[in-house]
Amino acid sequence: MRLLNASGCLDALAAPEVARRLDAFVTKTVTPLPREGSAPPRIAETAHGMLNAIGLANPGRERFLAEHLPRLRELGVPLWVSVGGFCADDYAETCARLPGDELEAVELNLSCPNVDEAADSAAEIVAACRRATELPLYAKLSAAHPDIAEVARAVAAAGADGLSLINTLRAAALDRRLRPVLAHGSGGLSGPALKPVALYAVSTCYEATGLPIVGMGGIESGRDALEFVACGARDVALGTVLFADPGAPTRVRAELAAACAEAGVATPDDVRGLKKSPETERKVPA
Amino acid sequence: MQSLGSPSRHSVVGAEAVGPYTLLRLERGDLDPGIPGQFFMLEAPGRLLPRPFSLCLAPPGELAFLVDPIGPGTEALCELRAGDEIGVLGPLGRGYRLDVARPLLVGGGIGIAPLPYLAEQLGGRPPVLLGFRSAEHAEAAALLPGAEVVVDPVLVTELIEPGFDVLACGPEPMLRAVAEQCPTAQLAWEAPMACGYGACYGCVVEIDGVLKRLCLEGPVLEAARVRVPVEAAA
Repeated sequence: MRLLNASGCLDALAAPEVARRLDAFVTKTVTPLPREGSAPPRIAETAHGMLNAIGLANPGRERFLAEHLPRLRELGVPLWVSVGGFCADDYAETCARLPGDELEAVELNLSCPNVDEAADSAAEIVAACRRATELPLYAKLSAAHPDIAEVARAVAAAGADGLSLINTLRAAALDRRLRPVLAHGSGGLSGPALKPVALYAVSTCYEATGLPIVGMGGIESGRDALEFVACGARDVALGTVLFADPGAPTRVRAELAAACAEAGVATPDDVRGLKKSPETERKVPA
Repeated sequence: MQSLGSPSRHSVVGAEAVGPYTLLRLERGDLDPGIPGQFFMLEAPGRLLPRPFSLCLAPPGELAFLVDPIGPGTEALCELRAGDEIGVLGPLGRGYRLDVARPLLVGGGIGIAPLPYLAEQLGGRPPVLLGFRSAEHAEAAALLPGAEVVVDPVLVTELIEPGFDVLACGPEPMLRAVAEQCPTAQLAWEAPMACGYGACYGCVVEIDGVLKRLCLEGPVLEAARVRVPVEAAA
């Protein structure tokens, strides 16, 4: 099991010491053109979670490749680039431009809740990217889909090498005067409120595809991380917890050792996929 | 500050009412008080995210923060009692430049928070102008002995005379008014922040014509660099 950050939850150039505590750093989503992002207010705390509507703020593909990527490489941390866009060609063109020898993987952000849905389906985008790069492709999916396992099977068939589960869920919060807190109106819900949703998504997609999964959504502790592995995740990512605790990677690793001892296993990998979904259990003859 | 790690734990020394605000005094531990105008992220008990506060006072062995109970996080902080413990991260961001010839400190409401430590670090008893919305709020002026104090409807900006290097902190309408009078003033701004170290991208403000993260660029900025939309100030 390796420890990553959730895309958009850490700026490795602003906080290199935090990024170096991870097994791999995932960039904020890169789109073909620069985006200034949403107007403020962009964030709001909710019960056991937070909303954000950053709006895919990023320097755009060309500046990312020319200015940011060289500086990120100097960190000495394996890099994943999160790729976003508004049609399959957007994603594929960025994938084609990424230097294969400098990156460990590409994460396709197929599910940002703060931009309109891409016109093409997740599978079409993955298929186009598959033709554009030989880098491992991780499809980041939304648990808002009524059947996430179906989407997982479709992106697997289209050539995805792995899944990142889950993205934030589209949500809203109102202020005292009953107006949306966020200027954008809605935002993505993250934090502990998301964990049960994410655990189910990981479990059902693992059973549906067997693909490597980066599990994320409300992980705050080593025990949380172990639960994601038990549901089938190969790796896990920290998101919202990094905001309150930039030392979380080190802390979670230490807690993982204790959580493994409590579970009676030597390493987190020993529990992968142990959890059986109710569907699976029902299939077992009495 | 030291390398960014987990917030360090600090005991509450005391929590004292200052008008409607609470002066929260924490054991300093190994934390550097930093430059006036820099901020610390304080764990808000029972809440997911910490809250940003500039340092108000740095008594020996302590760090003190002025808290206005305006929501669940700040209310939880005001309910802390001696012996309680919270996580603290900082100092963060960029504070005031202290190399000014004729400092004039201007504060409004809870925005007076960074001024006591600023006055102490500047030395020489700089003149201070404070504005509050009520007589009760104005009790907080006790943190700045010798300050000239006004209460609504008199505005603190009416008292600013030309020729000073203004260092200010206060509500956005006040900062906009100061900026119009003194484009070179140093203003401490406020924005919702989840992290305080550039990770969440939540605290953007229009700086130099584009949205930038206030936690990294500021919170103290030269007046001319910031544009506040009129609707946000309403």
